[in-house]
Amino acid sequence: MSVKTESPTQQPPQTPDKRSLGQWLRDGVKAQAMQIVLVWLAIIIIFSALSPVAFFDTVNFLNIAVSVSILAVLGVGTTFIIITGGIDLSMGSVLVFSGVVASLVMERMGDGEGWGVAITGIVVALISGLAWGILNGFLIAKAKVPPMIVTLGTFGAALGLSQVLTGGIDRRAAPDVLVDTVGFGRVVGIPVLVIIATVVVAIGIVMLRRTKFGLHTEAIGSNAEACRRVGINVDRQLIKVYAFAGFLAGLAGLLNLTFFRSTTIAGHSLTNLDVIAGVVIGGTSLFGGIGTVFGTVIGLLIPATLRNGFVILGVAPYWQQVVVGAFLIAAVYFDQIRRAAATRGHSKPSLVSRMFPNNRKDR
Amino acid sequence: MNSTPIYEARGIVRSFGSVRALQGADFDVRPGEVSALIGDNGAGKSTLVRILAGADTPDEGEIRFEGAPLTLTNPTDARDRGIETVFQDLALANHLNPIQNMYLGREVMRPGILGRLGFMERAKMRAHGVEAFASLGATVRDFDGAVLGMSGGQRQAIAVARAAAWASKVIFLDEPTAALGVVQTKGVLDLVRRIKDTGVGVVLISHSMPAVLEVSDRIHVLRHGRRVAVYQAKDTNVEELVGAMTGALDGREDS
Repeated sequence: MSVKTESPTQQPPQTPDKRSLGQWLRDGVKAQAMQIVLVWLAIIIIFSALSPVAFFDTVNFLNIAVSVSILAVLGVGTTFIIITGGIDLSMGSVLVFSGVVASLVMERMGDGEGWGVAITGIVVALISGLAWGILNGFLIAKAKVPPMIVTLGTFGAALGLSQVLTGGIDRRAAPDVLVDTVGFGRVVGIPVLVIIATVVVAIGIVMLRRTKFGLHTEAIGSNAEACRRVGINVDRQLIKVYAFAGFLAGLAGLLNLTFFRSTTIAGHSLTNLDVIAGVVIGGTSLFGGIGTVFGTVIGLLIPATLRNGFVILGVAPYWQQVVVGAFLIAAVYFDQIRRAAATRGHSKPSLVSRMFPNNRKDR
Repeated sequence: MNSTPIYEARGIVRSFGSVRALQGADFDVRPGEVSALIGDNGAGKSTLVRILAGADTPDEGEIRFEGAPLTLTNPTDARDRGIETVFQDLALANHLNPIQNMYLGREVMRPGILGRLGFMERAKMRAHGVEAFASLGATVRDFDGAVLGMSGGQRQAIAVARAAAWASKVIFLDEPTAALGVVQTKGVLDLVRRIKDTGVGVVLISHSMPAVLEVSDRIHVLRHGRRVAVYQAKDTNVEELVGAMTGALDGREDS
C-alpha cells in the first residue's frame, strides 16, 4: 500500500490574477449581453427551422446586417450617453440635418461627381453632427438642463432647421462615387455599410472597455460626485460623450444619404426610440454606470431579425412592433432585478429563475 | 513619535451668513499619530475638515503644512500635497471594481501614442493596486467585481485604503465606522492603526467614543467653533470627553 502519490505541494502555484476559462465563460453567460445573444440565436434557430431556404441564407443575413448598420452607428454613441445616466432623443434629427447640410453643400459645389465634392460632403456631415452633439453636451453639462429636455429640444430644432433649409422637400444630391462605394459598394461580397458599422462598433467596444474615456464614462454614470472629488472634470467628460455621439450621428447621416439617395426628412422621427430600445434590450442600464456596445448591437439585431423573419414567413410585420415592445419591457425588468440583487449583495439570479420566480431558491 | 505637527490650523474663522461655524479654531496633527476630532453636532467638525481638505476656504486664520503657510483653493491642491480625505458617504463609483476605484482620476496611462489615445496600463494598475490593498491589510475578496455588490465594511475598507494608498502625509477619515457592525468596525480601526504605522498623520472624526479612545493618540474636542480641549487618549475616559463636548466640565489644554 505504499503507492507513491503526488504531493499536493508539487502542483504549480495558483495564479489568482488569471481567471480560468471556465470562470470566464460562466461570467460571460451571466452577463446580460451574453444572455441576449442566446435569445437572438434562439430567434435565428426558430426562423431557420421554419424557413430553412429563404431565411437561413447568406444574402438574407447580409440584408439584416445592412438594415441594422445605420442604427448601430447611432447606437454606439447612444450607449455611451445612457451609460453616463443621460439620454439622447435627438440623434434621428441630427442624422437628417447632417444629411441635408451635406447634400446642400455638395449641390452648391456643382454637379461634380468626383471625390473632391464627396469628401467635402463627408466632412460637412461629420461637423454638423459634431456641432449638435457639442450643443447637447454644453446645455446638459454647463446649463444643467436635464438631458431628456435638451435632446427633445434639439430633436425638434434639428428637424425644423432641416425643413427650413430644404423647404420640406427631400434633397437627392449624393455624388455617384459615394453611392457606388459607400451606399451600395461591396468589399469581398460584404456591403461597405456593414463594414463601416462594424469598424465603428469595434472602436466603440475598445473605447468603452480599454480607455480612460470609457472608464470615466462609466464612473460618471455610477457616481458623478465621486468623480468630482477625485478631480475628474465631469462637465468636460459629459460634453465629450455627447460630442462623440453627435459625431456618429453625422456619420450616420452621411451613410443614410448614400444608401437611400435622399435626405429622408420625414423618415427618422422614431429612430431615437428604435435606437434607445436597442441599447436597453442590449443590457445597458437606463440608470447609468453599466452597459456594453456589443449588447447594443445585439439589441438592434433582434428587432431587425424579427421583422425580416416575419416578412419571410408571411406574418404581418406589424407583429414585430408588438414583440419588440415586450422585449423592451422585459429587458428593463431584468435590469431592475439585477440592480436590486447587486445592491443586496447577492449573486445575480439566473435567467431561468428570473423567468420562473417560483423556482427561486431565496424564497 | 515626532512631536512637530505636520499639518496645523490656527485661529480658523468661517461664517455662513450669520452662523459662525468656526470662531478661531485650532487643530494639529503629527506624523505617525491618530488625532481624533470630536464634538457635538454643529460644533464645526465638518467645516474644519472641509477647510483642511481644500473643499472650503477660511475667512480668517492660518494653515501651516510641514511648517510653512499653505493656501488651498480646491481639493486637488490638498491631494497634490499628499493630503487625502475619506468623506462620510464613501464616494466610490459603484459599478467599478476596487482597482478602478483606487486609480479613478489617477489612471496610469501607457507610454507613447497608445497613452495619447487613452489606453491605460491595466495590468500594472492591477498589480500595484492589489499590492497596496494587501500592504494595508484590507482584505478585498474580489478585485474584478463591482463594489456595488460588496458589504458596507468591504466598501469602507476600500474607500479608506484608496485614500491611504495616495496619502503620503495626512489622511482625514470622516465617520469611517458610522454605518458598520462590530466586526467591520474593528477591521476599519485596524486599518487606521496600520496607516498610522506608515508615518502618515491620521485625523479621525467620529461620534463613537469607544472607537476614538481605542485607536487615537490625542483627542481634540471642538465646541461652538473652538477647540476647547486636547486630551491624551490613554489619560482620559468617555465621561471626561462628553463633559468637554457639552461644556459640563472645564477643559484643560495640554499637548
